[in-house]
Amino acid sequence: MKRVVITGAGTINALGHSVPDTLEAMREGRCGIGDLEFRDVERLTIKIGGQVRGFEAEGRFNRQQMTLYDRFTQFTLTAAKEAIEQSGIEFHGDTAARSGVVLGTAGGGVSTWDDNYRAVYEEGKNRVHPFVVPKLMNNAAASHVSMEYNLKGPSFTVSTACASSNHAMALAFQMVRSGAAPAMLTGGSESMLCFGGVKAWEGLRVMSKDACRPFSANRNGMVQGEGAGVFVFEEYDHARARGAEILCEVVGFAMTSDAADIVMPSKQGAARAMAGALADGGINAGQVGYINAHGTGTAANDKTECAAVADVFGPHADNLMISSTKSMHGHLIGGTGAVELLACIMALRDGVVAPTIGYEEPDPECALDVVPNEAREARVDYALSNAFAFGGLNAVLALKRV
Amino acid sequence: MSISDRVIAIIAEQAVLEPSDVTRESTLEDLGIDSLGLVESIFAIEEEFDISIPFNANEPASSDFDISNVGAIIDGIERLVSEQKG
Repeated sequence: MKRVVITGAGTINALGHSVPDTLEAMREGRCGIGDLEFRDVERLTIKIGGQVRGFEAEGRFNRQQMTLYDRFTQFTLTAAKEAIEQSGIEFHGDTAARSGVVLGTAGGGVSTWDDNYRAVYEEGKNRVHPFVVPKLMNNAAASHVSMEYNLKGPSFTVSTACASSNHAMALAFQMVRSGAAPAMLTGGSESMLCFGGVKAWEGLRVMSKDACRPFSANRNGMVQGEGAGVFVFEEYDHARARGAEILCEVVGFAMTSDAADIVMPSKQGAARAMAGALADGGINAGQVGYINAHGTGTAANDKTECAAVADVFGPHADNLMISSTKSMHGHLIGGTGAVELLACIMALRDGVVAPTIGYEEPDPECALDVVPNEAREARVDYALSNAFAFGGLNAVLALKRV
Repeated sequence: MSISDRVIAIIAEQAVLEPSDVTRESTLEDLGIDSLGLVESIFAIEEEFDISIPFNANEPASSDFDISNVGAIIDGIERLVSEQKG
């Protein structure tokens, strides 16, 4: 089995348009959630979200590209560019033939669906642009990344709701670890912040009208975000041979299914995923210093997740730090694990643990060190990143400091 | 603008050329318009004239719409406009 390292990272999200900007915001405990701005927002009950601001697609992409790129693809390509440039990796010859791109998204081109349904239903138009399908399809972003960077190996998109990115990165990890691919572009993106995208979530009645306060006793729901995170997962010797900077190592993963309920999380499913990732990476529970929580800020998730952590880690659960950065960037749904992986990289590489902001009241059912409100300096050797999706599909990644 | 000028303007924009560079004799291939660009042009022409063009990208040759060159396209559009809007 090969060792797998991360040699490039890119992002765009409500906290920043790059990895350095995002990490700075996480260190400062800044909140990227604010009033949503888009057509018909006044008809929504939920009017806040972690929206990407000041992002001008014009100028980044040419006219033909603009007709083909939904916002989720624009986010993906922006993040992929940053990751590839940082990594310095180039894809040609055998490396190109065997390397691919695996990305997660829950909704794909949601605003393209939204805009065109409006056109045909609301405005009564009988004709839509010919590129509606290639623009909205869930694999559009992965395909454009493969075309842009000449990735000719296995490429596809994974859609497992809120765990999409973690499932995608777990598969990419598996491909590099097995030797099937020397490198993989992986991560995910989401762009659901349009009228239809938020209206659908409103229906579930799990959204907060004011803030995302994970683990806090007065938490009242999740807040949506948008954006992308993309990484270069690379075989260790391949990275060393070209002198690449290594951000951290990916050492294990596990995926489990609750096989129980379409929306309610299960402690056992979450616990089996965390324990599985530790076992896969050959990690003792006591070595884990940080967990980036799924931490949605809903009543159900946070207490279930904390109980699962207590089960897996026993007394060590009180020694480790667990934070939810969704309090800052919102819940990026299919892209969330990718942006949250950045908090793990910051903990491992920089020794800075991102906080859970908006934390106001301790909840006895979430009695762990949730790094409330302020980032903390600490040496972290191993970190986990949790994602637990609707549908009971769980994916946990284990990472190591290098 | 005449129908001819409006069609040429749309095709020129698709080809990223000046309208003066597009003549009746130009073929889509000459202008560098590929199959996706053709479908996009047909959409733009339908929008411009609010007409429906009988074109199937699977079998362009047997469609009831001649795209062998710009002149043929213009003639076809003029006929469709008079049929559908007349």
